[in-house]
Amino acid sequence: MISVLGMPLPALLSQLVLGLVNGSFYALLSLGLAVIFGMLNIINFAHGALYMMGAFSAWMLLTWFGVDYFGALLLGPLLVGALGLIIERTMLRRLYRIDHLYGLLLTFGLALIFEGLFRDQFGVSGETYEVPQALTGAVNLGFMVLPKYRVWVVVVSLTVCFLTWFVIEKTRLGSYLRAATENPKLTQAFGVNVPRMVMLTYGFGAALAGLAGVMAAPIFQVSPLMGSNLIIVVFAVVVIGGMGSISGAIFTGLGLGVIEGMAKVFYPEGSATVVFVIMAIVLILRPAGLFGRESS
Amino acid sequence: MNRCTLWMLLLIALGIAAPTVFYPVLLMKILCFAIFASAFNLLLGYTGLLSFGHAAFFGGAAYVTGYLIKDMALPPLVGILAGTLAAAFMGGLVGLLAIRRQGIYFAMITLAMAQMVYFLCLQLPQTGGEDGLQGVPRGSIVGLDLNNDLTLYYVILLFFIAVFALIYRTIHSPFGQILKAIRENEPRAISLGYDVARYKLLAFVLSSGLAGLAGALKVLVFKFATLTDAHWHTSGEVVLMTILGGIGTVFGPAVGATIIVTLESQLADKAGSLVTVIMGFIFVLCVLMFRKGIVGELLELLKGVRPH
Amino acid sequence: MKTKNTTQRACTVIAAAALALMSSLAQAEFSDNVVKIGVLTDMSGAYSDLAGPGAVLAANMAVEDFIAKEKPVFKIEIVSADHQDKGDIAANKAREWFDRDKVDVVTELVNSSTALAVIKVSKEKNRIALVTGAGSSRITNEDCNDVTVHWAYDTYATGNGTGKAVVKQGGKTWYFLTADYAFGQSLEKDTTAVVLANGGQVLGSVRHPFPSTDLSSYLLKAQASGAQVIGLANAGADTINAVKQASEFGITPAQKLAGLLMFITDINSLGLKATQGMYLTEGFYWDMNDETRAWSKRYFDKQKKMPTMVQAGLYSAITHYLEAVKAVNSDDTQKVMAQMKKTPINDFYAKGGKIREDGRMVHDMYLMQVKTPAESHYPWDYYTVRATIPGAEAFEPLSQSRCPLIKK
Repeated sequence: MISVLGMPLPALLSQLVLGLVNGSFYALLSLGLAVIFGMLNIINFAHGALYMMGAFSAWMLLTWFGVDYFGALLLGPLLVGALGLIIERTMLRRLYRIDHLYGLLLTFGLALIFEGLFRDQFGVSGETYEVPQALTGAVNLGFMVLPKYRVWVVVVSLTVCFLTWFVIEKTRLGSYLRAATENPKLTQAFGVNVPRMVMLTYGFGAALAGLAGVMAAPIFQVSPLMGSNLIIVVFAVVVIGGMGSISGAIFTGLGLGVIEGMAKVFYPEGSATVVFVIMAIVLILRPAGLFGRESS
Repeated sequence: MNRCTLWMLLLIALGIAAPTVFYPVLLMKILCFAIFASAFNLLLGYTGLLSFGHAAFFGGAAYVTGYLIKDMALPPLVGILAGTLAAAFMGGLVGLLAIRRQGIYFAMITLAMAQMVYFLCLQLPQTGGEDGLQGVPRGSIVGLDLNNDLTLYYVILLFFIAVFALIYRTIHSPFGQILKAIRENEPRAISLGYDVARYKLLAFVLSSGLAGLAGALKVLVFKFATLTDAHWHTSGEVVLMTILGGIGTVFGPAVGATIIVTLESQLADKAGSLVTVIMGFIFVLCVLMFRKGIVGELLELLKGVRPH
Repeated sequence: MKTKNTTQRACTVIAAAALALMSSLAQAEFSDNVVKIGVLTDMSGAYSDLAGPGAVLAANMAVEDFIAKEKPVFKIEIVSADHQDKGDIAANKAREWFDRDKVDVVTELVNSSTALAVIKVSKEKNRIALVTGAGSSRITNEDCNDVTVHWAYDTYATGNGTGKAVVKQGGKTWYFLTADYAFGQSLEKDTTAVVLANGGQVLGSVRHPFPSTDLSSYLLKAQASGAQVIGLANAGADTINAVKQASEFGITPAQKLAGLLMFITDINSLGLKATQGMYLTEGFYWDMNDETRAWSKRYFDKQKKMPTMVQAGLYSAITHYLEAVKAVNSDDTQKVMAQMKKTPINDFYAKGGKIREDGRMVHDMYLMQVKTPAESHYPWDYYTVRATIPGAEAFEPLSQSRCPLIKK
């Protein structure tokens, strides 16, 4: 058997694939953060809570309304996105003229509220959400048996990431968006409704978190705390990638998922901290992040 | 200036009389968090840097102090000092990385680094993992038996006054003026020829060291260090205390700490699972409506009244 | 929500029967004519399902039943508080209760960091602590004292019990999935010892960070080892995710999982499909006999969930305490403690239970196997009891004790 660094190749490959699965979650979440940051200049601390609510929306839709997974895949992000719109409209909007740190603090407070409410309602051990019938079973990749559902996760999130990138970088709507980011006043003068665009952007970022949550529901336990630990890792991912570009967020997310996967093979004790160590190294070598532009 | 001294004397008198009315252990906890929040305010309020990882210094120092006093059998004063220095040293390392970026990035970097410290506290064999470092003896300082709650209270009050004086001196010194200049307009401070990075780092080290002192004292009060001290919720809590009391005000953080700690202990048997929700609401309300915080709003009120 | 609030009223004051006024009040030695029980638990955090509001309910049931049955001359009061899993809040609350509110006994104390902090306070203040929720075996070893009783279970019992029994059932080769901190490591160490001692074999282990949401990488390693049994030396959300993902990757049921610390609430939230065939050790199961069923049904009517061993154990602990108080007609800590240690515990929770010198309440534990969905016929029909582990075997023998109270 061929082996790399004392590790049989098949085992290594299977860990790579698993890393890619986790990386797709990182990519979706950091993409959402980057989209929001690009437009609003705030870091959305509530992103983890929105992700958690996405997962719960899938569970609630199924348990209370009988809506299946594929329905939830559409409705869940819409619900979470709608919540995002409300948050932007009623709260975040008041903070744009002052220090952007207040946006971070506000969303932190919101995260506490959401987490607390769900904890009160559902307890901590959470609920189980079954893998949808159509996606059960596994595919044999030769070197490993990969559950179909995980393949699905990678495919869906890569597609969504690509579409988001395409819309923002290559379409007319995206050019408005980018223009509004660069110079909101001028863009407004050209007849683009910038405040509405900002609102929709936040809603879209929230919806991405919701989508990640729905996709996570069948593989991770749906619990009120599922987002809060993940979000710190995603923040580190965002610092590493820098939030200058959409593609940067996507590639860093995937890449770090894979690196973390490798750490789990060669040094499992350090797999929780490897992302932070990489962050420290990147900060020393390239403070603006791998894909970032320095601006405050 | 005079008014401020007067206030301070009044507060000290209050501090001395407090244990006759209130529960000393709760008061000590309040004092520890007041030190913690004041140290944090030095960074947020006077330098404009939002650290979301201050629990790392608070908790890290708590573990160092606890370990030295319990397992190395060192006297408490040495333990406290060592804990404070350790936190300052950690602050130096984290600060070196974090000041390379500004604003929101700074917050995220400190948060991520603090998470690393948290994992260390969890995994190192000396810390007792989830059980925490339990059974740290209080011992005695200069012949005073600290097992008596009242004695320990006054010792901690003394520490608090010293820290308060130190912070007060710092923000009114030329160093403090430069920090404020950085907060107001960093590019201008740079163009004036100040080595901004060095000042920021110094402020960070000072702030994390004092946060460490708070954590070290807390170990003496409760006789243990646990993971809660290093968890990012604690980082969030100290931000909340500072905002609630008033960012960039001298007394604000202490006021905020008093309110939050009291609230937490009062809510324990009443609100149950909704404590986090209430904290979150206070956070949101502060950010949306009372950004100056309690002390800040009061000062505003006084200012508004006087000229008329 | 509404029903929940009425049952978990933060402070329930229960007046004793009218008899109290009449008879021997004068001779009784009660600190303030009231026996005050403080239930200090996690009402909202990670352990609120296995203890929390359900524990408060169980405490109230214990007091109500005791008053109805024994018609005591003293008053009994329950206070409860949420320690939010924070050691300092727990210790602070306990101190306040002892100093200010004259609480006689503090109980529940889920989560080891809060329990270890509180039992030190109760030693200092000379009041009784009845620990049901926390699992750390340090409570009766390094940190033991003469006012603390550890009631329901400890990690030695759950890990060892499962380890030994599973090897005896034929699970000879093991691989551990271990949470990388003190708790997980000691669970792995203790269980390894018992697996080896019983003729089993440990093929290896992998340590994962705590907490982890994605355990599939580690599970694949465990799968590759080809071990018959994968021992889960972790707890809470980590265990839940591990079980869920093991089933997703088709690792179970080909390889068996052994939960070294699991509760019936975990099984309930995971569902039988993912957990079927798992082995675990518990101190209590509601569906064991008529007595357990009768009590649990009453509990269920109010809580809408079946009790865990922690909640049932709390009822047992408080009842035993109150009986001792009545027997010595005093709430003096040492007298009550002596009486509690002298009297065996015989209730629906434990048969012939006995409190050892180190504070360990020794009772039988049970090796459970989780049923398949087809075997389960009604709600909460989750376990088949595979073996009864006699108390003497289930808990760490005194000869290995690290408790300073034990003279060797």
